Amino acid sequence: MSENRGAAVRYESVQKSYDGENLVVKDLNLDIARGEFLTMLGPSGSGKTTCLMMLAGFEPATHGEIFLNDRPINNVPPHKRGIGMVFQNYALFPHMSVAENLAFPLQVRGMDKSEQQAKVKRALEMVELGTFGSRRPAQLSGGQQQRVAVARALVFDPELVLMDEPLGALDKQLREQMQYEIKHIHDNLGVTIVYVTHDQTEALTMSDRVAVFNDGVIQQLSSPDALYESPQNSFVAQFIGENNKLNGRVTAVDGSECVVEVPGGISLKADAVNISGVGSKTTLSLRPERVELQPEKEMDNMIDGKVEELIYLGDHIRVRMNVAGNREFVVKVRNRGERRQIAEGDTVKIGWAASDCKALDAVA
Amino acid sequence: MSALPPYASTAQISWYYGFRVICALIFFFLIFPIIVIMPLSFNAEDFFTFTPKMLALDPAGYSLKHYQDFFTNPDWQQALWNSVRIAPVATLLATSFGTLAAIGLSQSHVPFKSAIMAILISPMIVPLIISAAGMYFFYSRIGLQGTYWGVVLAHAALGTPFVIITVTATLVGFDRSLTRAAASMGADPVRTFFKVQMPLILPGVISGALFAFITSFDEVVVVLFLGSASQKTLPWQMFTGLREQISPTILAVATILVVISVVLLTVLELLRRRSERLRGLAPS
Repeated sequence: MSENRGAAVRYESVQKSYDGENLVVKDLNLDIARGEFLTMLGPSGSGKTTCLMMLAGFEPATHGEIFLNDRPINNVPPHKRGIGMVFQNYALFPHMSVAENLAFPLQVRGMDKSEQQAKVKRALEMVELGTFGSRRPAQLSGGQQQRVAVARALVFDPELVLMDEPLGALDKQLREQMQYEIKHIHDNLGVTIVYVTHDQTEALTMSDRVAVFNDGVIQQLSSPDALYESPQNSFVAQFIGENNKLNGRVTAVDGSECVVEVPGGISLKADAVNISGVGSKTTLSLRPERVELQPEKEMDNMIDGKVEELIYLGDHIRVRMNVAGNREFVVKVRNRGERRQIAEGDTVKIGWAASDCKALDAVA
Repeated sequence: MSALPPYASTAQISWYYGFRVICALIFFFLIFPIIVIMPLSFNAEDFFTFTPKMLALDPAGYSLKHYQDFFTNPDWQQALWNSVRIAPVATLLATSFGTLAAIGLSQSHVPFKSAIMAILISPMIVPLIISAAGMYFFYSRIGLQGTYWGVVLAHAALGTPFVIITVTATLVGFDRSLTRAAASMGADPVRTFFKVQMPLILPGVISGALFAFITSFDEVVVVLFLGSASQKTLPWQMFTGLREQISPTILAVATILVVISVVLLTVLELLRRRSERLRGLAPS
């Protein structure tokens, strides 16, 4: 695997089983570049946290090898790996002040006092908590504790920092703010960050690349925009963002395009992404904002739908429709101020481009 | 049981007062036998009963002569010295072993956890006389019977269950991600134990140590079986004193022990609260 030399982290055929029967992680191969912000995204039980814990050294891999800077680390105990980590519940030492918490990894490394103080001060300033050094963690708010945890994971200059759902306990507004702060810290310091979350917004806003986990397998590994724009399978399409599903059967394939017949005898043109040929079942995936309601010009696909429900959301209006037998078909209409003459029960024409409609593996 | 609400029914009102009467009776039952020995220990006569002079609050009926006896009599002084030599060492052993056992048993991968736990706390459950007899035969075989270390080890075995129970209770609230966090920062397991885990479970360790100390300091059955004349502790001396020469010096000693216990408990409880507050564990 000489072409992979230089990767900060490499998982090579890693498997993990807790009970010796069921694999929680199935044959994981993953390279993480130096300085990359990689997010492991997936529902709970998908194996993402287990992957992180194996990298940190808290769980041994059942099979395979993990490399850190091309050095195998399966037999290296956690405290000798030199990896910074931010925990979901912050894991700040309650019996130490904020400054003592930050100085802990430096003390362990035998750094002298004045250097320790300088580094602690710099780390606290980085997270804008310069005057909080003498407080105890219990005297800080959740957001402040989170910043201390981030500072503590970075204060000893590790090359790699792991974050295990670090923003899960914060409220929405604070979470968004912390996302940007962590992103900025990453940009400024150039550390490699492996971030685990089940929140897709977090994954999309922060990451260079996202690995979508499900059932112990990486379903797709790509940049956030590719993940949203061109999902490789139905799980990813469904998990990332909002998605309309239409089940059908492939009737023709022409290069990268295909024709799919959906219930009601309607033929739709779609981008052939993940289908097994003419006659096979497929699920079409279509983003709600890519559907035009009452299109003014001709589009690749134009069919009728019955409006079931209108939901006013301020900046846009969600129109739930019955399209080709799917009563959960959602169209997002931007609120441009003009009053649209649609009412519940109306039958209206909708249309979308073939390239926005992905033919993926069939799901029930 | 806060103030009585205005809509309380007759039954609630009678329970409200009945509950207080029951509480008072329980306190009386627990404390009165201890309280009553205190004035008696100042008896000017060599009796275990209140003399008419004492009841009349005549100063001539009171004296410190039993206390003087305790502090000058070589038998009592030897017993005090033995107790002071045995209890702290037994406490140290019980606390170390009990803490380690509790930490070990709190790990998720330990097999037969409840069986091991049951064996370790059995000295607390098995009748003392049976433990003592068993220890007597066992310690005689291995040459520990009648030695200082024999008594110390036996007392440590009796005190360990208390430490295990209090430390286990503290560990329930201990966040394991803290040890992981310490490891991720480069601390080896030994350092993690002393710098992170130990300070946080210290209140439980202190409570356990206190129980272990009192267990050893008050213990009479085991020491009667295992000790020789040179390990005669305070409770042993009191026990023989009661049987042989009924001297109110015993009451003076009892009073001193009660005072020591109360002071010890108070100081340690204050220490424990202080450390909890410092560690940010207790709500402020």
